[in-house]
Amino acid sequence: MTRSSWWTEILTTIAAIVLALIIGAVVMVVSDPDVLDKYAYFFYRPGDALAASGDKIGSAYFALLKGAVGSWGAITQSTSQAAPLILAGLGVALAFRAGLINIGGQGQAIWGAIFAAYIGFGVHLPLVIHVLVALIAGVLGGAIWGGLVGWLKARTGAHEVIVTIMLNYVAIRMLAWLLTTPAFQRPGRTDSISPIVDWTATFARLAGSQLHVGFVLALLAAAAVWWLLERSTLGFALKAVGANPHAAATAGMSVARTTIIVMVLAGALAGLAGVDAALAPSDSGVPVPLSNGIVGDVGFDAVTVALVGRSRPVGVVLAGLLFGALHTGGLGMQGAQTPGTVTDVLQALIVLFVAAPALVTRLLPFLRRRAARSATPESTGALT
Amino acid sequence: MTPDAPEAADSRADESLRLSGITKRFGSLVANSGIDLELRPGEIHCLLGENGAGKSTLMNILYGLLQPDEGQIVVDGVPRVFTGPRNAIDAGIGMVHQHFMLVDVFTVAENMILGREPGTLGLINLRQARRRVTELSQQYGLSVDPDARIENLPVGIQQRVEILKALANDARYLIFDEPTAVLTPQEIEELMRVMRSLRDEGKGVIFITHKLREVRAIADRITVIRRGAVAGVAGPGESEASLAEKMVGHQVSLTVSKQQHEAGDVRLRLSGVTAVAANGSVAVDDLDLEVRGGEILCIAGVQGNGQSELAAALIGTYPLRSGTIMVDGRTVDRFTTKERIDAGLGYVPEDRQHDGFVGSYSVAENLVLNSYHKPPYAQGLALRGGVIRSNARDRVAEFDIRTTSIDTEVAALSGGNQQKVVLARELSRELAVLVASQPTRGVDVGAIEFLHKRLVAERDRGTAVLIISTELDEVAALADRVAVMFRGRIVGIVGPHTSREVLGLMMAGASVEEAMASADVTTEETEGVVT
Repeated sequence: MTRSSWWTEILTTIAAIVLALIIGAVVMVVSDPDVLDKYAYFFYRPGDALAASGDKIGSAYFALLKGAVGSWGAITQSTSQAAPLILAGLGVALAFRAGLINIGGQGQAIWGAIFAAYIGFGVHLPLVIHVLVALIAGVLGGAIWGGLVGWLKARTGAHEVIVTIMLNYVAIRMLAWLLTTPAFQRPGRTDSISPIVDWTATFARLAGSQLHVGFVLALLAAAAVWWLLERSTLGFALKAVGANPHAAATAGMSVARTTIIVMVLAGALAGLAGVDAALAPSDSGVPVPLSNGIVGDVGFDAVTVALVGRSRPVGVVLAGLLFGALHTGGLGMQGAQTPGTVTDVLQALIVLFVAAPALVTRLLPFLRRRAARSATPESTGALT
Repeated sequence: MTPDAPEAADSRADESLRLSGITKRFGSLVANSGIDLELRPGEIHCLLGENGAGKSTLMNILYGLLQPDEGQIVVDGVPRVFTGPRNAIDAGIGMVHQHFMLVDVFTVAENMILGREPGTLGLINLRQARRRVTELSQQYGLSVDPDARIENLPVGIQQRVEILKALANDARYLIFDEPTAVLTPQEIEELMRVMRSLRDEGKGVIFITHKLREVRAIADRITVIRRGAVAGVAGPGESEASLAEKMVGHQVSLTVSKQQHEAGDVRLRLSGVTAVAANGSVAVDDLDLEVRGGEILCIAGVQGNGQSELAAALIGTYPLRSGTIMVDGRTVDRFTTKERIDAGLGYVPEDRQHDGFVGSYSVAENLVLNSYHKPPYAQGLALRGGVIRSNARDRVAEFDIRTTSIDTEVAALSGGNQQKVVLARELSRELAVLVASQPTRGVDVGAIEFLHKRLVAERDRGTAVLIISTELDEVAALADRVAVMFRGRIVGIVGPHTSREVLGLMMAGASVEEAMASADVTTEETEGVVT
């Protein structure tokens, strides 16, 4: 990777975000009947419509920004939202670097949450030890679920996309079933909800904020994945298998073994996202009890995060923070008479533009010239 | 003007294809710089140059796939601007691509009309297409079954279909882009016959190649390109050495000087080796072979007689059905690829893009692709970047790998330099046996000389060197013994000075005795006859 193509990627990503914000602004304007009314007499008094639009966009984005990073509380809220996204995103990114498309973050995270939560409320251990055991159990749960995919692929050649999607369903249903069993269901309740995790197993947080161990774990995991990819023998084999499995095999690397290891690690990372969902304190200071929706859509958002982060650890952290902030800020936007779902639209648009770099370079031609320049060293090989 | 002028063979000044001052830049790289080239009807004009010299860029400009930054294309006196292949085709230019542009599951006739389907109201008139195939086949002596499916045809015949496709578009100027790269010696002969008959029919032919022998055999005129510019113009009488010098820019020796070999102990022993292809056909059939330390054994043969499978089976990426492989007396056929590499087996794969390196990895990384996990390159799980990089600097200097830096992606290197990376990686380890498949395929002349020298040097260190090659020139230059492979078996082992004729017959399946008898030479010239 040359420096200049690296810059092009960064610029393209920023451009994608800016474009998404512009289109998001248009969406906000047309979705607000009051503003739209002013456009009815646009040619009579264009100032009204433009001012109303400007106000609308300005106040909505201001609310978004304020909700996401406007205060220490908001910022830590954003980091706590970002933690599981970063963790699961790393799982997807790592697999992707090895040429594997891991859609199974959801299932892997669910098992992580189940294992961690069960240790959290089902077993009673001293402080520190309790949270550690729960953490390790959750990581193990995700690793097994991910490793299963790697093993199936290596042994039978089953395609990981199909296997991970199917295993997601299995995990979702298993969770639903477990929550009806006495081991998991909270005594005296008929709905699918578990007891509350012991305080000894809850992630510590900085007093008066939502900055908790989960976010620290996410940053540590990103650093570990970076080291693995860039500085370790395993990463060397992993990327080689991803880039050219034939050459990797000819050089003596075992594609099957690498596939299994990568999926175990990817599962462990997604499992950590599940651990975070099960053990991180909510606003009230107590973790959310295990329920069917415990991990939300983290497995699918993880694909988005990995995509926007270009499957690089630093990129994944930044993308995770961005989407975490969007989630948090979306709530602030509701206060400004704008539906919070606009942030979902923004997120979708960002992904769309990032996934289709050709679209961005077409809309912003100056990026294309950059891309063309930086692509030249590669193309010289094809000149013959 | 009339495109079907009967006096096509006439070489009047206005009836020609003329490129003048063509310049093409890619960023800071100048791929073509002020190139002039003229092609008259009824001649074969060879465009000779190393890989990366800019031949393909020039032809892509002529065919409308690229637009020149400067310069002009003049067809029959009329300046033209081609914005796409359609314009070039309409101007009477046809291209026979190196990688065929054919739809595998279509028949010959269907491929012929691809892109300009004849017929009315969107209905395809296949009968007309088939008639056209037959007509053209007869006119140019290119026999092809119009109803055969492309995927079932040998490469040589597929190429004919490409030629027919160009002719069907009324091409008067034909570009052959490295057409011999994929052909066997017999098919090359056949192609040359076809090119001559095209010339005699009044077509202008541009023949792009980097093989000197072919140029001298067929060219009417030769233009040599070096580093994007015309390095010289020559006639067919020019010597190979002088052409090579123009092409490379300095004197090259075309023969490898090597001492008489002193064969030692058997270091590689194959017995009863059998490998079966995915479709159930036997690729390597009960093959026995011994290679001694300090000798180069070349396996000659027409492509597709099991050589590729044999090589892959040796390194362990292709399954063995039965038989044993021994390296220095150790049975290695149950070993994984990694264990075989550790046992001293070196391997230069036939298809380096596919098996030899990771294109997106840097030169430094590819130089340790099969030893990155061991000291001194690794310490536990951690890579030692400094050692890897200093190794790379040493290898780049030792093997004269032309790269802007050791961090450059290998995909950005020329074919010859890519091959040097692969060879440098293998030869920098302590080897018992080196298996090199097509070690100089697609490699420029300057690099071939260097690679051959290194292979001989490895032999002199006492390594058993097994080279698989379809190029008889290479076999003649390197071999101490030549084993000819046909349909998965070794039909015979002969000495290095065996005539081309005898080798050719053996490559078609004749035993040593039969080949000698037909070729009318005494067996005294051969040694170590095995059937």
